[in-house]
Amino acid sequence: MMTAQNILSQFSATGVQTCFHDRHINPQIFAGLNGANWRLKDYEARGGYQALRKVLGIGGGEPMTQDQVIATVKESALRGRGGAGFPTGLKWSFMPRQFPGQKYLVCNSDEGEPGTCKDRDIMEFNPHIVIEGMAIAAFAMGISVGYNYIHGEIFSTYDRFEEALEEARAAGLLGNNILGSTFSFQLHAAHGFGAYICGEETALLESLEGKKGQPRFKPPFPASFGLYGKPTTINNTETFAAVPWIIRNGGQAYLECGKPNNGGTKIYSVSGDVEMPGNYEVPMGTPFSKLLELAGGVRAGRQLKAVIPGGSSSPILPASIMMDCTMDYDSIAKAGSMLGSGAVIVLDDTRCMVKSLQRLSYFYMHESCGQCTPCREGTGWLSRVVDRIETGHGRLADLDLLDSVAEDIQGRTICALGDAAAMPVRAMIKHFRHEFEYHVAHKTCMVPAYV
Amino acid sequence: MISESTKARFAKEVAKYPADQAQSAVMACLAIVQDELGYVSTDSEAQVAQYLGMVPMAVHEVTTFYNMYNQRPVGKYKLNVCTNLPCQLREGQSMLQYLEAKLGISMGQTTADGMFTLQQSECLGACADSPVMLVNDRSMCSFMTPEKLDQLVDGLRAVENK
Repeated sequence: MMTAQNILSQFSATGVQTCFHDRHINPQIFAGLNGANWRLKDYEARGGYQALRKVLGIGGGEPMTQDQVIATVKESALRGRGGAGFPTGLKWSFMPRQFPGQKYLVCNSDEGEPGTCKDRDIMEFNPHIVIEGMAIAAFAMGISVGYNYIHGEIFSTYDRFEEALEEARAAGLLGNNILGSTFSFQLHAAHGFGAYICGEETALLESLEGKKGQPRFKPPFPASFGLYGKPTTINNTETFAAVPWIIRNGGQAYLECGKPNNGGTKIYSVSGDVEMPGNYEVPMGTPFSKLLELAGGVRAGRQLKAVIPGGSSSPILPASIMMDCTMDYDSIAKAGSMLGSGAVIVLDDTRCMVKSLQRLSYFYMHESCGQCTPCREGTGWLSRVVDRIETGHGRLADLDLLDSVAEDIQGRTICALGDAAAMPVRAMIKHFRHEFEYHVAHKTCMVPAYV
Repeated sequence: MISESTKARFAKEVAKYPADQAQSAVMACLAIVQDELGYVSTDSEAQVAQYLGMVPMAVHEVTTFYNMYNQRPVGKYKLNVCTNLPCQLREGQSMLQYLEAKLGISMGQTTADGMFTLQQSECLGACADSPVMLVNDRSMCSFMTPEKLDQLVDGLRAVENK
């Protein structure tokens, strides 16, 4: 008998298109996955939990010290994969390890930056790599309790992660005296329920405390005042997932996978106008042109127009600049944008930039938490002004107005959502001013309407 | 009143947090209420508040802050179609319009038979599967096309009309 669940499950993703396409380059996190092998025994067959065993000195060998683990991660040049790119080892060293009270470890899996869908595939198809990475981090910082806060919209992934946690607990890989050692770590999963702002780390902590997710002033930083006011370290899912490989193979080996100051591999979520949207794990410093080729190139018969290289908050770059970039923090920053979460949104030559910006500006207005006036009011202004340009009611002075509203938001809010709303507007006008002017003058697009 | 089975689900969530931090489970408890009753009523908020030792207004703050909580009854199937840029570039907007035409409602509305509520949604975090649609908060439907939407809507109708 057909049930509603049968009907809906026909449309769930299999990962074939986005993850098991065999078009990664030297993958570490996505290596050997097929969708069926996410369980503990499969992960262990791939060498899983060997890094945790190494750290704890189980099965021969001296246990590592906390300092050795942190030094290895520092040497690897692993940088935060959530968006800010902060050096992970350095962040771990900020945790006051000797603090006598409870300390917390938090994984930020609230993946809601438009364009980003890598953490979903990691947790869906390789959840134990995140658990192992978190356990090692907890060991290194002397933390006994952790939470993984997962985007509410990917509820089946949350269920999957809960199942993986149960497996790990049953095998003695989480809980008290892990694998017979003196190290104990309790890890739990929590979920959001539809608020982009909770991807901001202090908003996430508020949400985890059972409140509305409005960001906190920093300082104090979470390392001194985090969850329940206790010292807390927060990293992104992909960051934790990188750790087991680093411990198994050494910091230097990880660094050498990428380029100086940009160690390892990175998962790029490629969406928009490409033949094969998907997640692609490639070494840091891979040319953008190569990544585009992996994703099958621009959709048939069209030319590359522009790329938003690191999620919707990162400034857009025209094709000519983008084609000269390599995919790493430093190259994209030098080109005037940000690697962000590694979400690459590709736009072809049929796309209207005003229309594209209209949808993004609406998003930031919708998701502003309302706490800071410049963001609460400013995102509305940006959205309404872009809207009227798009619908043929704009004036030439609107371009300066947009710039001045953006200027009034940037740097004047508690968290980065304000900047995230302002930067795309300024970058669009900087690189595609003529399209906005054309819209004002002719009340229509320069390009045939597709979007 | 909260049933015993619901309380068991609540207890599993509360157990994740320190004894004096039961409030941390409020998001999960409200999601459980919605899963069982279809929406979060003021009564449900009060019951969750009592269970967790919170003031009802603190629970209401949570219900109203997060987009996925239904503050009033919705159709048996809530369809959230993503139209954010990555989906828009792959016909997300057209999928929403297709459903509006097929169901004879505008986004934000519920069909007269109470079967479907249609909503535009922000990024669901499955951009490489675009265009995507989330059904009843839990089922992500990927790579949607008009044909698949027909199959989905007609299929659900057939199940319900049996």
